[in-house]
Amino acid sequence: AGSGAGGGGSAEQLDALVKKDKVVVFLKGTPEQPQCGFSNAVVQILRLHGVRDYAAYNVLDDPELRQGIKDYSNWPTIPQVYLNGEFVGGCDILLQMHQNGDLVEELKKLGIHSALLDEKKDQDSK
Amino acid sequence: MELSAEYLREKLQRDLEAEHVEVEDTTLNRCSCSFRVLVVSAKFEGKPLLQRHRLVNACLAEELPHIHAFEQKTLTPDQWARERQK
Repeated sequence: AGSGAGGGGSAEQLDALVKKDKVVVFLKGTPEQPQCGFSNAVVQILRLHGVRDYAAYNVLDDPELRQGIKDYSNWPTIPQVYLNGEFVGGCDILLQMHQNGDLVEELKKLGIHSALLDEKKDQDSK
Repeated sequence: MELSAEYLREKLQRDLEAEHVEVEDTTLNRCSCSFRVLVVSAKFEGKPLLQRHRLVNACLAEELPHIHAFEQKTLTPDQWARERQK
């Protein structure tokens, strides 16, 4: 398909983008330099779980992507998190999943072992 | 576009038939407009977190484009009762 019409924001292109990797995040800024507190929080949560090989897209680099991903997910804000091609939510939801243990389970379904399980194991063995 | 904490509280309470709503204006000097909301409503029962947040987003669809930062917590009345016991 050509990239002329629809640019970086077509539903088909975004569908391919979110399904290309197991963990995909759309941020303001980069994982190394998040530009807002909520994008930073998402990055820190993933870091806590030892998730490093995730795809991160900086919406500040691409206005079409910034609006396109909101239309695609029908979700009004950035950051946005996708697991296995499925929209999970923004910072609030990821934080609550982290706090209640759901994120460990979701990562496990993707074949990703959360580093927090190792920490828990260490604590249990003391 | 009116964006006071009281306006948001009343809208969430009315539209989501909430039994409890807290709205904190978290705007700092360097931010344009920032809020943190807690909504307690039976409408959230049986609904996963993403769906609950979508209900709140839909309720504030006209306001969210004007809000720079928005944080939300959605609880059922039972969850709220348990949380208050902590």
